[in-house]
Amino acid sequence: MDPLVVGTDVHISYGGFNAVRNANFTVRRGEKFILIGPSGCGKTTLLKAIGGFQKVTSGRITIAGASVGEPGPDRAIVFQDFEQLFPWRTVRDNVVYALRVARKTPKAEALERARAMLSLVGIEPAADKYPHQLSGGMKQRAAIARALALEPAILLMDEPFGALDAITRSQLQLELNDIWRKTGVTIVMVTHSIQEAIYLGHNVAVMTSVPASILETVDTSDVDDVGSPAFGEFSRHLRSLLVAPQPSGELVAT
Amino acid sequence: MTSAGAAAVRTDSAERAPRWSALPTWIRYTIVVAALLALWQAYISLAHVSPLLVASPFAVAAALWKDVLNGQLPTATWNTLRSLLIGVAIGAAIGFILASFAVFSVVGRDVLAVLTSILNPLPAIAILPLAMIWFGLNARSIVFVVALATIWPVAINIDIGFRTVSATLQMVARNLGLRGARFVWGVLLPAAMPYTITGLKTAWAFGWRTVVAAELVFGAAGSSGGLGWYISNARYYLNTADIFAGLVVISLLGIALDALFGLLERATIVKWGMTRAK
Repeated sequence: MDPLVVGTDVHISYGGFNAVRNANFTVRRGEKFILIGPSGCGKTTLLKAIGGFQKVTSGRITIAGASVGEPGPDRAIVFQDFEQLFPWRTVRDNVVYALRVARKTPKAEALERARAMLSLVGIEPAADKYPHQLSGGMKQRAAIARALALEPAILLMDEPFGALDAITRSQLQLELNDIWRKTGVTIVMVTHSIQEAIYLGHNVAVMTSVPASILETVDTSDVDDVGSPAFGEFSRHLRSLLVAPQPSGELVAT
Repeated sequence: MTSAGAAAVRTDSAERAPRWSALPTWIRYTIVVAALLALWQAYISLAHVSPLLVASPFAVAAALWKDVLNGQLPTATWNTLRSLLIGVAIGAAIGFILASFAVFSVVGRDVLAVLTSILNPLPAIAILPLAMIWFGLNARSIVFVVALATIWPVAINIDIGFRTVSATLQMVARNLGLRGARFVWGVLLPAAMPYTITGLKTAWAFGWRTVVAAELVFGAAGSSGGLGWYISNARYYLNTADIFAGLVVISLLGIALDALFGLLERATIVKWGMTRAK
């Protein structure tokens, strides 16, 4: 129950727009923490604030007790966008380059680490391909490998599977659970899929529409069998939280 | 009779020439070039044009052969290419630096915008008289105007390239802790490669025109020794075949440069899957 990321009364506004209001949350070390909410509810803004890409207007986000600073490889981020790999580098070089510049890893060690990470996400055979030669799912695997290679304290994921087809998406959810079991990395993930949230998450923070705040955090750590009655129960509960409070909000419920 | 008819049809189609579009590209191009040369020669032979006005293909080939062997054309070509290379290198470097400042600061952006709008519409060759006063009648003047002709297309294109690098890639770079020069060199420049190549292509085209024009002007003063000077010199002696030979070399070099850019594109943006939709 060791708290790693703590948000206290977080307000974020930019350009006169209140994106996040009064958000309070705690991410424990080694857990998979999910932020769920309708599109445009500020969950990505909150994730970017943890990553250091977005200034907090008031309130505070701390990581291991210290306020969030500039973006850095201790909070590696994986985006939804397939075009997050450097297209002029092979898959292997994407990982090696990241290690060389962000961690000053010696070349031989970086190569070895890249091999291990690509093998962990199951795309080592494609290591010498350029990103444009990969499918969407493989690109996301490569991006996860690059992020994990940095040995981040937190892996931030912004709807990483959001643009994948349903089959690839299920496959990658399965693999992410496996990767988490092997690495024990703390994951903060944004999604708008209720199924994904319950399946992957230990704790699911439900965000309301703009200006977003966290309505309730649901402990779903014991539920990951999609067919179980408990899964259906949580699913109904999350759906009621997401759908009920907004009479005319744009809602996405998978 | 049916079998005989079928045989006749078969023979007929076998004897028919292969379709034009089925021929390999290089054969088709060779045929077109040969046809143009034949037309050229026919014009000379049938219209009895004075060789002082238009040289025949054979006379041009002979002139080319003579001046390649005696070293005049290779020297002139080298002089022109050297001015062009140095000029484009300096121009491209300055263009890159201007674009880099423009991406990091508002002042840099304003400086680039103002300089571009004032100097870009100015044909670089128009600066040659000034350059001749500043640097004298030598290759430095030519390099100066070539550089001036290439700064703006390079700066404008790299600037657009930098500005259109996806927000995601920029965030990934910040995530890796890349700042300043390493960010420009490691992420912005390769990401902007399609635009950079477009800028360099335009720069070569501008520079190429400028260098030949500048040498033509210098031909009168007679101290530069490039292809423009070669042509100007040939005109002085009313040696029309040599003028044509100079033009042929200029054209061939242009084709060679285009081919080089093709190679550069295949080694970079095509290989990386970054070619923009044509």
